[in-house]
Amino acid sequence: MNPYLAGIGLGLVLLAAFVLVGRGLGATGAFNSVIAWAVSTVSPGHARSNEFIAGYLGDGTSSPLKSWLLFEVIGLFAGAMFSGLLAGRAKVMIEKGPRVSVRTRLVMAFAGGVLMAFGAALARGCTSGQALTGGALLNLGSWAFMMMVFAGAYAVAYFVRWQWR
Amino acid sequence: MMAPFLKYGMFGDETSLVLAFLIGIGFGFFLERAGFGSARKLVSQFYLNDLAVFKVMFTAIVTAMLGVTYLGWIGWLDLSLVYLVPTYLVPQIAGGLILGAGFVIGGYCPGTSVAATATGRVDGLIYLVGIFAGMFAFAEMFPLLKGFYLSGAGEAMTIPGAFGLPYGVVVFAVVLMAVGGFYGAGLLEKKFATPVE
Repeated sequence: MNPYLAGIGLGLVLLAAFVLVGRGLGATGAFNSVIAWAVSTVSPGHARSNEFIAGYLGDGTSSPLKSWLLFEVIGLFAGAMFSGLLAGRAKVMIEKGPRVSVRTRLVMAFAGGVLMAFGAALARGCTSGQALTGGALLNLGSWAFMMMVFAGAYAVAYFVRWQWR
Repeated sequence: MMAPFLKYGMFGDETSLVLAFLIGIGFGFFLERAGFGSARKLVSQFYLNDLAVFKVMFTAIVTAMLGVTYLGWIGWLDLSLVYLVPTYLVPQIAGGLILGAGFVIGGYCPGTSVAATATGRVDGLIYLVGIFAGMFAFAEMFPLLKGFYLSGAGEAMTIPGAFGLPYGVVVFAVVLMAVGGFYGAGLLEKKFATPVE
């Protein structure tokens, strides 16, 4: 799809979220809720004593899995799968350049995910919750964050180009 | 009729979870349509041969920003009831740099890795596993990181609010910046053209 058309579509979905529920899109918060649920299932005391996890447990009267962002991310999964199947783009494969082995690519994917988690935790959101949502609301921290995402990615891109081309 | 509807009690939390799922479907659909289920497409942004990430993101920002601004002006939307993530400049700047590095190293951001996993990308799935591992590690290390996590201002702040500028002026400036950026993106793509896909 033309990127500008996809952008308008995405923008209207974001606008619908603002108008309907008074919040934007996100992704990271959903993962945090799942972690909070898992930790509190295995060790409730440990979960309570950790401030970061406790923040996702609420007052303890309802499950951390009953989270708005988690339902949204499940929808994201379904919507992406629907679009991919419709376009014939859904197939089991690994995205990588021709010069990198599968094993190395997967190690890099894991490492990137770990870094992403730390970045998103410190920033209180990721590209969806901060850059996109906060960008549209002219949130000061979101704009500072967004500039730094591009800066960080461009700074490192040269050193990992072997992975992609 | 006043928005945000949830905040004006037009429906309850249970309904908002159903809406979350439906909104998510739209979110995932357009991410995948834009080609963002593919790590190679996403990272092309950082090698300047396909700037779709910038184009899609800024078109979406401008669309939603103009939407909330107009709805606010005609009095249908109370923008003060839309949740703003508080600004903590120092950790958010550091977080942005780390996240940007993770983006080009791993090939995805959290939302796009879900879209990639949904369309069969094994690297997207492994990336998701990495996010869970990293987030768990962050939570366990939180007592050490808390001081830094809370450094900076720590309140909800908008650019117009922080710099004392009229809201409409900032909106207009963002639109101009986006249009200029789209033009520049076209030029860069021509210069660095070795398209992926």
